[in-house]
Amino acid sequence: MIEGILIGLSTALSLTNILMVMVGCFAGTIIGMLPGLGPMTAIALMIPITYGFDPSTGLILMAGVYYGAVFGGSTSSILLNAPGIPGTVATAFDGYPMAQQGKAGKALAIAAYSSFAGGTISAIFLLVAAPSLSKVSLAFRSPDYFALMILGLTAISAFSSKGQFLKAMMMVVLGLMLATVGQDSLSDITRFTFNNMNLTDGISFVLIVMATFAMSEALTIIFRGKDPNRAAKQISLTELGSIKVNKEETIKMAKTIPRSSILGFLIGVLPGAGATIASFLAYGMERNYVNEEEKQKFGKGSVHGLSAPETANNAACSGSFVPLLTLGIPGSGTTAVMLGALLGFGIQPGPRLYQTNPEIFWSVIMSMYIGMVVLLILNLPLIPYIARILAVPRNYLIPLILFFSVTGIYLMSFNNFDIFLMIGIAVVATFLRLYDFPMPPLILAFVLGGLMEETLRRSLLISDGSPNFLWDRPITLIILLITVTIVGWQIFSTFRKKN
Amino acid sequence: MRISPTKFISLLFFVLSVFYLYTAYNIQVFAFDENAPFNARTFPIYLGWAGIILSSLKIILPDKATTEVNHKHLDYKSIIYLIIISLIYAAVILKIGYFISTSLFLFASYYFLGERRWGLMFILSFPFVAAFMYLLHGLLNIYLRDPFLKYIGVMG
Repeated sequence: MIEGILIGLSTALSLTNILMVMVGCFAGTIIGMLPGLGPMTAIALMIPITYGFDPSTGLILMAGVYYGAVFGGSTSSILLNAPGIPGTVATAFDGYPMAQQGKAGKALAIAAYSSFAGGTISAIFLLVAAPSLSKVSLAFRSPDYFALMILGLTAISAFSSKGQFLKAMMMVVLGLMLATVGQDSLSDITRFTFNNMNLTDGISFVLIVMATFAMSEALTIIFRGKDPNRAAKQISLTELGSIKVNKEETIKMAKTIPRSSILGFLIGVLPGAGATIASFLAYGMERNYVNEEEKQKFGKGSVHGLSAPETANNAACSGSFVPLLTLGIPGSGTTAVMLGALLGFGIQPGPRLYQTNPEIFWSVIMSMYIGMVVLLILNLPLIPYIARILAVPRNYLIPLILFFSVTGIYLMSFNNFDIFLMIGIAVVATFLRLYDFPMPPLILAFVLGGLMEETLRRSLLISDGSPNFLWDRPITLIILLITVTIVGWQIFSTFRKKN
Repeated sequence: MRISPTKFISLLFFVLSVFYLYTAYNIQVFAFDENAPFNARTFPIYLGWAGIILSSLKIILPDKATTEVNHKHLDYKSIIYLIIISLIYAAVILKIGYFISTSLFLFASYYFLGERRWGLMFILSFPFVAAFMYLLHGLLNIYLRDPFLKYIGVMG
């Protein structure tokens, strides 16, 4: 293994490759910040460029773009409450309130340190445990995945909105309903399209996330423009704050990072689970770990609440390379694009890669890590400049958010139906937000909807329509028992408060 | 009797769920799939029932922590203007192209939100959109459909 690491390092640390990773990180950060353009798009954009390079240089450039885009996505989550990718939705829960309190620089610095630490710890796990962890991921069957998704949705409902569990669960169902619009993945039967051809392919994730986060946030700011409490908040938006993290905050991060890294990595290893579930579960887990005083700060700018999802989503990014490199199965959309790039270079990931081409295996892992190191060195000094986006006055910021939202959708489909649909959903979301109906559960449910239906389909077909699959396997049963405990706890705490 | 806004929204969600469930039961599936343990209807039917149950619970159960909003503090005028110009923008973007429609949308939005610094408004609309288009189309090679710019020969 040591020999492999050294081969990987010698490849990744050549002058050309370091230059490539720097260019990649910078380009990735810029692309990732643009709403609608996440790491998947960023890597896809780089594929044609990298074909002229040798495989390791191309992969190193993409590694830089990948981590740059993830960091860029976190930046737009924290500064604009406009997550470009599902994995950074949970980052906005505490990152955005922190930015509103005039601590935008600090929030970005915490996100950068947490991402780096999460990535580092999970890279070590990847080095040590990649071959054996692939066996664990193979042990998960459809019923376990289905139960895991139920747990993820219940956890986000329980933790994203205090005391509003039923409202959050309604948003989960709404998100799942929206995910069923379009063709059924297996039979190709169209559902809920009402003979509208524009809905045949379903509603895109970018459209939903733009409508419910970026656009509805912009509309809410305007809508509540006369609210004296809200106006006070807007004034603080112009304060950038320091990027220095004090001792107390460092201690909080030091407690959060190890447990979120482990959770993020393990979730990332499961194909399909990925950074989104990891970040939401880490957020929920962290909320349970901290004391009562810290718990109250969640959703209002908690350091734990920001650090946990940021650590977990980066750890999951590394974790998702386990099934890709050891099984040849991409665990997420981004790794699916990476798989395409690897195949383009003539590299076939799979169980044999580790044995037959260890130099490529280790080069990929090392280049991912070098990408993270360069990102931290490059982006930390730039944070005060990036954070200045908040100093843009409201009269300009709101139209610019709307402009980026519409552009993101227009670029995808070049039809105006999607823009009308986005405006409609944004207006509904604005009113729902006004009455404290939380949006994150809707987003997570929308993202998981397709996969959830698929795993339920497989589970029911295997059990011949019987619900036995819910308790036949110990893993499924344990996950569902945790879910029932969360629901029970929510009911208990509601009644306790009322009495 | 006064119904709280939260319960009213839950009632709307109940109606939506009933409609969704009705539509789910009417999804046409293949004849051989009709009695299968899982077909294109199964998941939507579960969701419809889940929506009905959850919204019913929200309507029936007492809502002591209901969210109250002071409508006097809400700026209906600005938001209606903004939605209208967004809808106009969506309607004309394909006809007059990305550059002009986006620039005019930005300029109009600044104006309706109370901005009157004409020079800055201009810079942050027309030249800003041109620079953005150059970034996407010129540097990142992302295609942006614009019949107007194509007509005057600026874009290929």
